[in-house]
Parts: sequence; structure tokens; C-alpha cells
Amino acid sequence: MTRHPRLRTLLCLLLPFAFLLSACGDDDEGLDSNSGGSTEPEPEVEQTEFPEGSTMARLQEAGTIKIGVKYDQPGLGSVSLESEEPEGFDIEMGKLVAAKLGIEPDGIQFVETVSANRETFIENGTVDVVIATYTINDERKQVVDFAGPYYVAGQDLLVGADDETINGPDDLAGKRVCAASGSTPIERIRTDYPEAEPVEFDTYTECVDQLLADQIDAVSTDDIILAGYAADPKYEGEFRVVGETFSEEPYGIGLKKGDDDFRTFLNDVIEGAYEDGSWESAFDATLGASGVEAPEPPEVDRY
Amino acid sequence: MDTVWENRDLILDGFAMTVRLFAVSGLLALVAGTLLAIMRVGPIPPVRWAASTYVTVLRNTPLTLVFVFSTFGLPRLEVRLEFVTFAIVALTAYTSAFVCEAVRAGINSVAAGEIEAARALGLSFRQVLTLVVLPQAFRAIVPPLTGVFNALLKNTSVAVAFNVAEANAIYRRLQNLDGSATIPLLLTLAGGYVVLAAVLFGASRLVERRVAAVR
Repeated sequence: MTRHPRLRTLLCLLLPFAFLLSACGDDDEGLDSNSGGSTEPEPEVEQTEFPEGSTMARLQEAGTIKIGVKYDQPGLGSVSLESEEPEGFDIEMGKLVAAKLGIEPDGIQFVETVSANRETFIENGTVDVVIATYTINDERKQVVDFAGPYYVAGQDLLVGADDETINGPDDLAGKRVCAASGSTPIERIRTDYPEAEPVEFDTYTECVDQLLADQIDAVSTDDIILAGYAADPKYEGEFRVVGETFSEEPYGIGLKKGDDDFRTFLNDVIEGAYEDGSWESAFDATLGASGVEAPEPPEVDRY
Repeated sequence: MDTVWENRDLILDGFAMTVRLFAVSGLLALVAGTLLAIMRVGPIPPVRWAASTYVTVLRNTPLTLVFVFSTFGLPRLEVRLEFVTFAIVALTAYTSAFVCEAVRAGINSVAAGEIEAARALGLSFRQVLTLVVLPQAFRAIVPPLTGVFNALLKNTSVAVAFNVAEANAIYRRLQNLDGSATIPLLLTLAGGYVVLAAVLFGASRLVERRVAAVR
């Protein structure tokens, strides 16, 4: 090698790019490509009589519904490069709602929403409902209404599989904890656990990458998202989810404020799905693929 | 406006980090860039090639990518450093390529006749460089180097995406906490960078004047 300095230089220069390429590959093979989220059979479309003038009647008549979902939450709502169709637990909930409205699967239009534009999209009618890891809280309730919750997540910690030192949020003193910039989890770490050292990156994939490289001690966000990483075959045996949640994030279906009939209908759909087992099978087909057991469904809050 | 005033310590800390990133990587880049320039004009072909390949690659790679390689690539190679150090590595690696080009331009501005005369006197490559060429080169390149360092000053803001709490990171955090403070925060941030740039240009003018006096 020493006799070929040019070759060596070339190799040294190409090496970084090889890393970049492999890192990109990692991003694309999220949980969704392994979970087979689309194996879930489509819910049966039902035609019910709805009161005239109601949102349900209008949607049924139109035969289409616009559902705001997230595209970047593996297991809940994400789009993989192969399928280009969103899949996940939130998506399955949307299909259940559409089926009860008598809307065929091809009448469902999924619209990408991000955390910051969900209220706006509901208010101005860009979407009919939002099902997008949408935490029910009082500030949001002033602008939109919520059906549900249909799932309660909680902030949790992801640590190295052999890390015995962190078993809950109280063990975080002096530890480097990573979460997405500008997210609720990073602010909660900062305010509630001031002895922890917050680390911020733009995405959770970057946090997980740093955890893998031992640059940080823990990644923190909703338990269900962390479970997806822990169960990902390419991280097999690398991580564990601590399992002691320290917040409550009740996920609800967002709808236009004041549309009480529609909210009652959506709550009925959620409770119906609890009873006939379609909620559990939707969970098993999506989030359950990461090895998480379907929990007891949370009680719907008909406020 | 309250958000800016109440968090003035945080904002000052952010700018302190910006200055630290700038000063440390600026100094390192000046040394590394000069060494690269010497390699590029040196008599050993493989060394020349290595240096020019480095400069070509680093100059044509987006800074963000250099940061990604430093912060995410190096840990994969078992290099474990503070996030700030990764940022300094990235800024130094990137900026030294530009410093190299500025220094090389300065070296090229030295009359060929002087170098030939120095050689004819029997000076070694090292002596030609340190006694004849570099002192003149540095006098010629104060303005272009100032431009390179001004770019570095602004480039430090890329570190925000790599967990370094510099000025821009503080802005993002405060803006997140109080969305109504966007404009005052942005103006404060811009004002801070303008002040730092003014200091940089003032220092540059001072150096230039002293150098001109020597000439």
C-alpha cells in the first residue's frame, strides 16, 4: 500500500462517503419495512343511515374522506420508499373510521400533517380529521375537538441493552439524554430533570445513531416509538426500553371544534373497535410487530 | 422583547460558544491551511497530490456533510469526542481548505525571480519558504483571509444541528418556547453576528496597516 500513495489517498477519501451511504440506507429501513403493516385485512365497509346535514352524511355522500396523518412515525404513521402508501396504527384507525362512514378504501385521502400544522389543517378544512400521534391537551382543545383517546403513550427511555445504571428517569443525573430539537420530550428533560445533560438532534434516527456509538446514554420520547427502534432487527440486542413512563400522551382523533355529532360518532367507532377486536388486531398488525403486546385500550373521554 | 431580555444570559452564552468555535477552529485552520499550502507548492509529488485532493474534496463538499461525517462518522471509527470538539474538527477541516487556497495565491504572488535568487544563494526549500516567500505571501493575503474567516464566523451556525449550543441554537430554543418573540430574537441574533463581524474586520484592518508599515 505504501508504494501506492495515490491509491491510498483515494481510499481514504472514499471511506467517508461509504459511511454516509450506509447511514442513508439505515434511515429507509425503518420499522415499517419489517413489520408488514399492510397485512391487516381491510375493515368491512358499512352503509349506515346518518342524520341529514351531519358531517357523517356529507362524507358518506361524497364517498371520500381526507385524513391528516404523519409520515415519519414508524409503526404509527409512516411512508416507506417501497410502498409509498402510509401505514401504521394511526392509518389503521383512519381506515376503521372510513369503513364506518361507508367509504371504500380508495376513497380515503391521506394528507401529510406535521405537528405544527395540524390545528390549521382542521380549522380550514384541508383535512376532515387528524389521526397523527395527536396528544389531547387543553390548549389544543380550545381550537379543535378530540375523539378518543384511542391509545395512551408515555415518555420513556431507550438505553444500551447492557446499561444497568438507568432504570428510570430518576437515574438521569449526569447522563446524556437525546431527543429531537424543539420537541416536548427534550423540554421535559430540561425542566423536570435538570441534572441530566440534554442532547438535541433533528431526528430520532440521529439520536439512536449516537446511542449506538456510545456518544450518549439514552434516547427519550414516547415509549411506543422507542419500542419500534428496540425491536428493529438491525439493532437486535443493542437496546432496551426502560419501561417506566414519566408522562401521559393520550392520542386522540382531531376534528373541527363544535361538531359534536361527529365527535360522538368517532367515539362510537373507537369503542366499537375495542369491542369487536378490530382495535387489537390493528395494533398487532402494526405496533405489535415490534414485539409489544397490545395493552388494555384506554377509556374514551366523552367530554 | 421580554423573552430576549429575560434570557440575555443564555443568549450571551450562545455567542460565547460562537466565538469559541470561531477562535479555536480559525486558529487551527490557519495552521493547517498554511501547511496544506506548503504541501501544494512543495517538491514531493505525492504530497502535492494528497494536499490538492484534500482541498478539492473539502472545498466542494457542503459544510453540513462535513459535520455529518465528523459527528456521525468518527464515532463509528471509535473516535469519541465531545460534540463541540466534533464541530471544531468539521469547521477546521472545511476552513483549512479555503485558507490553503488563499495562502497559495499569496505564495504565487511572490515574484519568481526572488525565489530563483534565493535558490541561487543556496537556500534550502525550507529557508526559501520561511525567509523569503511566506512573509511576503501573508502580507498579500490579509483581505482574502479576512473573507475566509468571515465565512467561518457565519458557518459556526451550522453547528446548531449537531448539538452545539451556539447562538443560533439558543435562538431556536427560545423561539420554540415563545413563538411571539421571533422578530426580536432574530434581530438580536443578527445584531450579534454583525458586532462580531465588525470586530473581525476592525482587527483585519489593523493588521493590514501594520503590515503595510513594515513594507
